Amino acid sequence: MALGKRRPGFSRRAQYGLFIGYVVAVGGALFAVLLLVVYLIDPRGFAAIRGAALDATTPVSSAGSTITGFFNGIGEGISSYFRAGSQNARLNRELAQARRELVRRQALEHENRRLHALLGLARETGEEVTLARIVGSSYDSPRRLATLSAGSSAGVETGQPVRSPDGLIGRVLETGRWAARVLLVTDGSSNVPVRLVRDGTPALAVGRGDGTIELRTLEVGQNPFRRGDILVTSGVGGIFPPNVPVARVTGHIGETAIARPLADPARLDFAVVLRIYQPAAGAALDAAPARPIVPPVAGPAQPPSPAPRPGQQNNPRYQPGLQQQAPDLVVQPRAAPAGAPPR
Amino acid sequence: MSRIAGSEAEVAIQDLRRRYVPLVSTLAAILLSLLPIVAASLWVPNFGFLVLLTWRLLRPEIWSAQVALGLGLAADLVSGAPLGQSMLLWTAAFLALDYVDSLVGIRDYWLDWVMAAAAILFHSAGVWYIALLMGSYVSFWVMVPQLILTILAYPIAARLVLALDRWRLAR
Repeated sequence: MALGKRRPGFSRRAQYGLFIGYVVAVGGALFAVLLLVVYLIDPRGFAAIRGAALDATTPVSSAGSTITGFFNGIGEGISSYFRAGSQNARLNRELAQARRELVRRQALEHENRRLHALLGLARETGEEVTLARIVGSSYDSPRRLATLSAGSSAGVETGQPVRSPDGLIGRVLETGRWAARVLLVTDGSSNVPVRLVRDGTPALAVGRGDGTIELRTLEVGQNPFRRGDILVTSGVGGIFPPNVPVARVTGHIGETAIARPLADPARLDFAVVLRIYQPAAGAALDAAPARPIVPPVAGPAQPPSPAPRPGQQNNPRYQPGLQQQAPDLVVQPRAAPAGAPPR
Repeated sequence: MSRIAGSEAEVAIQDLRRRYVPLVSTLAAILLSLLPIVAASLWVPNFGFLVLLTWRLLRPEIWSAQVALGLGLAADLVSGAPLGQSMLLWTAAFLALDYVDSLVGIRDYWLDWVMAAAAILFHSAGVWYIALLMGSYVSFWVMVPQLILTILAYPIAARLVLALDRWRLAR
């Protein structure tokens, strides 16, 4: 291929044509920058066109998901065959432990219900909106998004939490009529207020974009997380209902505790879309859509299921425990660069 | 196939094939991102950009830079990336390649691969930076497996596109 200068000979017309082509390309690139800026300022600006594209493309993914499910199953079957012996022993151990734990939990649950009744607290339950299938994901981009096979026609709305029987999956980011896009908890812009099941330490679960979650505590220089610890949602912020399992701690990188989500998105079949736990929080979020997921950070002594406080109703960033005491204790996840140690 | 077209219809079909095979194959590659793969981490190449880039490097004369604009829009809508991301990055890559073409007179397979690697690196960095602007604070290491796999996948894509190109121009 001889190239040289890309000059189409001496024809004036061809030269102008080439020039106009470049003008269009550069203008188009600038227009794309404009689109990105608009999207940055108001992510819902193109909701209609993006929703329509989502609707148009989802059936393809839905049809294929059965096939990939089959192949995933094969791989898993083979690997579990090789690990059967050790796995059996381990599972037996875990089962015995889980039974003891279950009895204790049931007693606690009973007591909890009694105390709630005593206090007259109406417990807001995270009601189901719909049941849907996870049919695809943005596997070739650094964002961790999944596609859900239910949209606004099934009552799915932006901001609603999505969970599976195993644990929390994420939040609805945008909806079409028959499909929706979910921001997984492992996405870099996902912040979920969680607490440690073992002792109730509040933390913020921030996605790292590679399938893991980073845990940030509020206390400076403290790292209470141990391998195998389970984290559940704390219900703070009013988006996620409390006590949904989120992740299991797998280790540390430097000072940061790393966890893996309990709901493995690659093996998800069905997902349940839940209502926003306290709708007022979602309403306030609607007013400021540019920063979609910034739930507030829990104060240290935040009860798992707080009664709606006056300030919390219209301010999703209301931080009861930290409002007056020490402003520099507040973790600002958006300001911190990736990989920074928890402050 | 005989070298001489038998009828007007045959000429029309050959003409369609000659014109639209690059476009259709790139669109097909873009649509691959609809595959129901749910990956926890990032390593699958961005097929749309890879095939587009391969066509551009193999046949610099068939497309002007504005084609990348339209295909980028399609890719953004299909993959759910922020609208404008692929439009900007793909068009910018095309313009840069045009500029490099005007500087470098020669072209061979290895030089193509180096230019593809540079374009892929630019694309990964751009995607990462736009994700950062959109509030997704992940480290660049997340992009590295995909980056390496995409660069290694270029020769395969080049062979596929070459085969398509032969078929496209076959008489």
